[in-house]
Amino acid sequence: MTRRPALKAVTANHLRGGHVVWRTASGGWSQRLADAHLWEDEAAAQIELIDAARETGEVVGVYLADIAQGPHGPEPVHFRERFRAEGPSPAALRSYAPQVH
Amino acid sequence: MYTYSDTDHAYLAERNRQFRQQVARRLDGSLTEDEFKPFRLMNGLYLQLHAYMLRVAIPYGTLSSAQMRALADIAERWDRGYGHFTTRQNIQFNWPKLEDVPDILDALAEVGLHAIQTSGNTIRNVTADHFAGAAADELADPRPVAELIRQWSTDHPEFQFLPRKFKIAVTGSPNDRAVTRAHDIGLRMVARGDETGFEVIVGGGLGRTPMIGKVIRDFLPRADLLPYVEAIVAVYNRLGRRDNKYKARIKITVHEHGIDTIRDLVEAEFPVRRAAFSGIDQQVLAGIEAQFAPPALPARDTGTYDAAYATDPVFRSFADTNLTAHRRADHAIVTVSLKAHGAVPGDASAAQMRVLADLAARYGHDELRVSHEQNIVLPHVARADLPALHRALRAAGLATANVGLASDIIACPGMDYCALATARSIPIAQEIAERVEALKIEHDLGALKIKISGCINACGHHHVGHIGILGLDRAGVETYQVTLGGDHTETAAIGERAGPGFSAEALIPALERLLLAYLDLRHGRDESFLAAYRRLGPAPFKAALYGAEGQRDAA
Repeated sequence: MTRRPALKAVTANHLRGGHVVWRTASGGWSQRLADAHLWEDEAAAQIELIDAARETGEVVGVYLADIAQGPHGPEPVHFRERFRAEGPSPAALRSYAPQVH
Repeated sequence: MYTYSDTDHAYLAERNRQFRQQVARRLDGSLTEDEFKPFRLMNGLYLQLHAYMLRVAIPYGTLSSAQMRALADIAERWDRGYGHFTTRQNIQFNWPKLEDVPDILDALAEVGLHAIQTSGNTIRNVTADHFAGAAADELADPRPVAELIRQWSTDHPEFQFLPRKFKIAVTGSPNDRAVTRAHDIGLRMVARGDETGFEVIVGGGLGRTPMIGKVIRDFLPRADLLPYVEAIVAVYNRLGRRDNKYKARIKITVHEHGIDTIRDLVEAEFPVRRAAFSGIDQQVLAGIEAQFAPPALPARDTGTYDAAYATDPVFRSFADTNLTAHRRADHAIVTVSLKAHGAVPGDASAAQMRVLADLAARYGHDELRVSHEQNIVLPHVARADLPALHRALRAAGLATANVGLASDIIACPGMDYCALATARSIPIAQEIAERVEALKIEHDLGALKIKISGCINACGHHHVGHIGILGLDRAGVETYQVTLGGDHTETAAIGERAGPGFSAEALIPALERLLLAYLDLRHGRDESFLAAYRRLGPAPFKAALYGAEGQRDAA
C-alpha cells in the first residue's frame, strides 16, 4: 500500500496568548485544527508559510505541520503535533479540572 | 532568611520596568520576535508547546509563607490555578499570557522573587540541600554561601554570555542531597581540623553526555570561595566551546582539556581574582549570615508525638517515611509529598500552596523548602506539633506517606508541556505510581529512586535514578529507555542502559517484573534496590525487565 503524502497546515503560537493557532483558508488564525486550511501542494504551502511568517504582530514560530485526513477530520501525523493540537494529556490535568478553562 | 535590601528592591524594580517596556514594544510591533526573544529569555519567559512558560527562581529552594502565598496568588490570578516545582528548585507557571507577565514579575518582586537568569547562557538559580540549616548531619548551613553566589552571579557583567548555561549546587552535609556531582560546579562543605571549607567539584552534568563531576580542589578555605568560583567560570568562559552547542558545557571543557589542565588554569587565575575582591565578599557574607540565624526553637515535650506514633498506624507510616532527623531531637524535618499516587510530580494547586504556607506559618517558623525531588519541606517542626500537622495535611490531601519510595518519582514536564521534549513523562510517572499502589508493594520495596526525563536533556535526572527512564521519539512512536544503577548522592553514578526501549504500554509491566524480581533477589529488607543491583550486577535485573513477555513487546 502506498502511503499518501501528508497534507500541510500552517501553524504557530499566538503572540499574546501563546496558544496554538492554525492558518485558515481566509488567511486568518484559528485555535481549532478543524478550521485549518490543508495544502496538498507543499510548494503552495511554503508560499503561504512565507506570507504567514510576516504576521509577526500576531503569531510566533510559524511552521508547516504534517496533517492527515482522518475519519473525523484532520489529524496531526506526529504525536507531538497531536499534543500541540489537543493540549496536555487529560491525566496531566486531572488534578486541576475545575481550574482549566 | 535573606530579606531584600533597598538596593535589591530598586534593582528589581528597574529590571521589571525595562521588561514592561520591552513587552509593550513587542506588542505594538516596535520589536520583532528575534529582537524580543533574548529579552524575554533573560526574564525567564519561554514559549512552550501550548503557551508561554514563566520559570521563577527559588534561590536554594527557600521560601517564606508570604512568598508561597504570592506564588498561589499568581497561579490563580494569571495562570490556571497551579504551578510546577522543578528539579532545580524553580517553579514554572505553564499558562501565562505575554501581556500579563510584567504584572506577574511585579507581584514576585513584592515578595523578593524574580525570574532573572532562569534561562540563557548564564549562571542559573543556585540550588542547595533542601534540609539546609535543619539537618542533624550538617556541618553548617550552606545557604549564606548560596546567597552570596546568587548576589554575585545576578547580572554579573562578565558572565552574561557564557558558552552555555551554568549550574551551581551547594551542600553543607556529607550526605549529598543536592546532586552536587551532577552540576557544573558542586560545592560540598568539609571540615579540616577546626576549619570548614569546601570540596570543589567541577564538570558534572547530565544531558546527552552525562558526567560525574571531578574534584578540582579537595579543600578550599571558606573565605576563598567566591574568587575561586569566579576563576573557574572565567576559565570556562575563555575555553568553553562556542562552535557546538552540544559540546559547550563545562563538563566537555573539563573532559577535553583534562582536570589537571583546568586546575592549573584556575589556580593561575585565582590569585588575580582574589586580589580584586579586597575582602568585600567577606563583608557581604557576614551580613548575609546574620540573616540566616537559625530560628529559636523552644524545647518541647515529645509526649503527643510518642503517643500518636504508638497508637495511630497512619501517622506512624507518615512519620516513618516523611520525617528526617533534625539537629534538635525534639524537632523534625517534614517532607510533604507532591506525589500522591496518580498526581503530577511537582505540581501544586494554589489551594495546596496556601495550605502549605499556613502550616509553615503555624508550625514551621514560617519557612518552606522546595526539594530538587519536587516535594515541599517544612524544615523546623516540633515533634509535639506533628500529629496536628499530619491531621491538617490529611485534610488537604497532602499526607501521602511515600517520600523516598517508588512513587516519589522525579518527572520533568515532558511533552505534555515542553517544546524540547521527545516524549511524555507525566503519564508514565502517574502509571508507575498507580501500579505500585495497586500492587501494595511500595513499603516493602523501600528506598527507591525512579527518575523520568522526556528528552535527552535530562531535566528529570534519569541518569542518576536507581531506575531511570528516558522518553524518546523512535520513528514517530513514544519509546522509553530504561537505565539501572544510577545514584544521585555522594556516591554518585551514572546508570547503565538496560537494553532496547519499550513502548509506553510495555514499559509498566516490564517495570513491575523488575520490581518483583528485586524483592526475590534481595538479601532481606535491609538491602535496597541499589545495593542489590551493585551486589548482583545488571544481569538478573535485565532478565526480569526483558522477561519472555517483555522480549516480545520491547520496541
